[in-house]
Amino acid sequence: MTLTRATVRTPKKLSSPSFFHQPIHPHSAISANDFSVAEVRRILESADALEKDNPIKRANRLAKRRVALLFYESSTRTRTSFELAAKALGADTTLVSSLSSSIEKGESLKDTGITLKALGAECIILRSPYSGAPYLLARATGLPILNAGDGMAEHPSQALLDLRTILQFLAIRSSTVNEKSLRGVTLTICGDILHSRVARSNALLLPRLGAKVILCGPPEFLPDLAAEMTPGLVIERDFDSALRQSQIVMMLRIQAERLAGVQIDLDDYRTRYQANAERIAARAPQALIMHPGPIIRGMEITAEVADGPHSAIANQVYNGVPIRMALVARALSTVAKKRGPK
Amino acid sequence: MSPTQKPLLIRGGRLVDPATGLDAPRDLLLRDGKIAAIENPGKIKAPDAEIINAKEMIVAPGLIDIHVHLREPGQGYKETIATGTAAAAAGGFTTVCAMPNTIPANETPEVTRWMQAPERGATARVFPIAAATRGSMGEALTDYPALKDAGAVAVTDDGKPILGDEIMLEALQAAAKLRLPVIQHAEDTRLTGGCSMNAGVLAFRLGLRGMPVEAESGLVERDIALLKQVKNGHLHVAHLSTARALDAVRRARRSGLHVTCEVTPHHFALTEERIGLYDTNAKMNPPLRAESDRTAMIEGILDGTVDAIATDHAPHAAHEKEQEFDRAPNGITGLETALGLAIAVLHVKHKMPLDKILALMTTRPADALGLRSRGGLAPGFPADVVVFDPAEKWVFHSAESRSKSKNTPFDGWELQGRVQLTVSEGRIVFHRR
Repeated sequence: MTLTRATVRTPKKLSSPSFFHQPIHPHSAISANDFSVAEVRRILESADALEKDNPIKRANRLAKRRVALLFYESSTRTRTSFELAAKALGADTTLVSSLSSSIEKGESLKDTGITLKALGAECIILRSPYSGAPYLLARATGLPILNAGDGMAEHPSQALLDLRTILQFLAIRSSTVNEKSLRGVTLTICGDILHSRVARSNALLLPRLGAKVILCGPPEFLPDLAAEMTPGLVIERDFDSALRQSQIVMMLRIQAERLAGVQIDLDDYRTRYQANAERIAARAPQALIMHPGPIIRGMEITAEVADGPHSAIANQVYNGVPIRMALVARALSTVAKKRGPK
Repeated sequence: MSPTQKPLLIRGGRLVDPATGLDAPRDLLLRDGKIAAIENPGKIKAPDAEIINAKEMIVAPGLIDIHVHLREPGQGYKETIATGTAAAAAGGFTTVCAMPNTIPANETPEVTRWMQAPERGATARVFPIAAATRGSMGEALTDYPALKDAGAVAVTDDGKPILGDEIMLEALQAAAKLRLPVIQHAEDTRLTGGCSMNAGVLAFRLGLRGMPVEAESGLVERDIALLKQVKNGHLHVAHLSTARALDAVRRARRSGLHVTCEVTPHHFALTEERIGLYDTNAKMNPPLRAESDRTAMIEGILDGTVDAIATDHAPHAAHEKEQEFDRAPNGITGLETALGLAIAVLHVKHKMPLDKILALMTTRPADALGLRSRGGLAPGFPADVVVFDPAEKWVFHSAESRSKSKNTPFDGWELQGRVQLTVSEGRIVFHRR
C-alpha cells in the first residue's frame, strides 16, 4: 500500500449549497441596510406615486398575486397597513398567525414557509419574536421576504415610513433624497433602545442620509457600545440636553415582553426620560414628536404631547400604507435588480 | 473488534512522537494491536507484515480528543458512537473522551460500560467522562469510585456548569481522592440567560443577547479559589474562549495549582463575525468571541498555557440547526477539521512547530486526563497511529463528512494537513483512497 499526496482532482459537485449559503431574494426588505440611498429614494418615489394612483388602476397592479402575512407576534399598525397595502395593489392576502395555525402544533418556521410557498405565496411578510428569523425564511423559500419586525433586530418598513414622515415635516421632496438630505438635522431616539428593532433600523438608516442621531436612555436600555453600531450615532444620557439639540424626537416604549430580568425604577425613569408638555415646551418647543407605537400614555410620553400640535404619531401610521405598498410592489416586481450596496 | 489484523510495517515516514521528542525518519512495526518496534529506516524485517509506504508523510501517535459529544445513548439521529468514531478516524483521532450529556446521562456505571461495549462499533477508543452530579443538576454527587471502576476518566456536568460553591468543592475533593479531574464548562449561567452569542457591539447590532466575558472568567476564578482548598485537586477547564479566563488559568498554574485547560479549533480560527446573517453553524457555547480573545487563545497555545486542542465535537441534525438563531442548539462538529485547522492556523500562520501542535493533540491531553499508554509511540503501547501529509492543502466539504451531522462553520474551507491513514489498536480504521 502506498500513501501518496492526492493529485489534483476535479472537485466533486455538491448536490446543493448548504442551507446557510442559500441566496436571499434581492427584493427582500430585511434590514434597513438592504437599501442603498438610491433605492431609498426609489421606494419613497414609488410610495408617492402609488398613494396618488387611481385606486381602480392601482388594484390591477398586482391583481390576484399572492401575499402571505405570517405573524408570530401581535400587531395592529404593521399588520393592518401591510394588508391594506397589498390589497390596494390587488393582491390576495392571507394571514397566518401563531394562534390559529399549525405553528401552535410545533411546525417550524422553515416548514411553514415551504407550506406557504406551495400554496402559491409569492412574497411573505414576517413578524417574529426571534432576531434574524427573516433570513431563515428567505433561505428556506427563496421568496422575497418583507420583515415586519424580527425580535430586537430590525423593522425596516417602520424606518422608511418614519423617514417619509420626517421628510414631509422638513418639506423635502422624495425625488431629491440623497446622502446629504438630512445634513444639519439632529434627531433623538429616546427610551428602551436595547430591545427596540425600530431604534436599530432608524439608527442604521437616518445617518446614511446625513442626519445626526442621538441615542438617549439609561444604561439598562442603552449600553455605551450602541454608538459603535454605525457611524453618525452619539449617546446622550441627559434627555434635556438631547432635546435642546434636536429638531425631531422619537420616543420608544419600554418593551416589557423583552426585559428579561432588567430591573428599572419606573418613577425615576419617568422623571428622567418622559416626554411631557413642560419638558418639551422648555427644551424643544418646535420639535416634531414621533412614536412608533404602541404608546403607553403616562409612561414614556404624556397624552398632552402625544396628542399635541407637534405630534406626528398619526402621520407615521398614515405613512405606513404608501411605504408598504412600495415595498410589496418592489417585492413582486418582475424586474430583477441587484441588491444595493451595504 | 476486527478479525486478526496482519502486522503493519509503516515505512519511510517522518516519525514525530512529542512524548519522547523524537522527530526523525523511522520505520514503525505494529503487531497484535501494539507497537512492536521503532527502528531506523530499513532495519525492521517483518516478512509477514503489510507494508505501508509513508514517504513524505508524518507518522505520529493517534490523535486524542478529550472533548466530544457522541450522542449515544439516546440521540442516535444526531450521531452514534459508530459514526462519531468514524469521523474521529477520518480526522486522525484514535482516542476520544465522550461527554456525559446523553439520554440517559452518563451518570451510572451501567451507561459508562454500555458506551465502551464492543457492540457500539467504535473505530476509536472511547473513554467516557461521567456526570459530576446526579442528572447534572448540581445538587448531589454521583458515585465517583463506581464510575471510575467502570472506566470513566473524569467527571463533569459539561453544558450545565456546577455553580454552587459547596457542591463544586465537594466534587473537587471527591475526585481528588481518586485522582480524577473535574472538568468545568465555565459559564456563570446567572449572567447568560437567553444569550446566544458573545456580548458586544455585534450582538447589539444583531439584536441578540450576549454572554459577557465575565460569565466565563468569573467561574474560572471561583473554581481556582476552590481548588486551593483541595489537596491533590485537579481542575480541567473545558473549551476556554476568553483572554481573561485564560489569564486566570495562567496565573493559577504559576502558583503551582493543578489546573489544565483546552481550546477548540474554532476558538483559535474564528471570531463572532463568522455568525454573519444569523448562521447557526457559528452558534456554540462558549460562543465565538472577539478578535482579541482569538489571538489570546493562540498566545496561550504558543506559550504552553493550553494543554490540549479539543474539538467539542457537537453534532446536531439539520432540522435543529435550521431554526431561528435563538432557538437553534449550540455546537458544531469538529473531528474532521481539527488537524487541518491546527496546521493551517497555528503552523502556517503562526509558525508553531508541528511537534508542538501534535503534542497538544496527543501526549499533553493524555497527561491532562491521565490516559495511560496513550498519545505516544513507545513499544508496548496500543498501536494507535496517524499518518498524514503535513503539506497537502485540501478543501473540506461537510457533505462528505463521516459524521451523521453536518453542522460545521468550516464547509468549503481550505485546510492544510490531510490524514491518509489511521490505525487504532493495530487495525486500519481509516484509509484515504
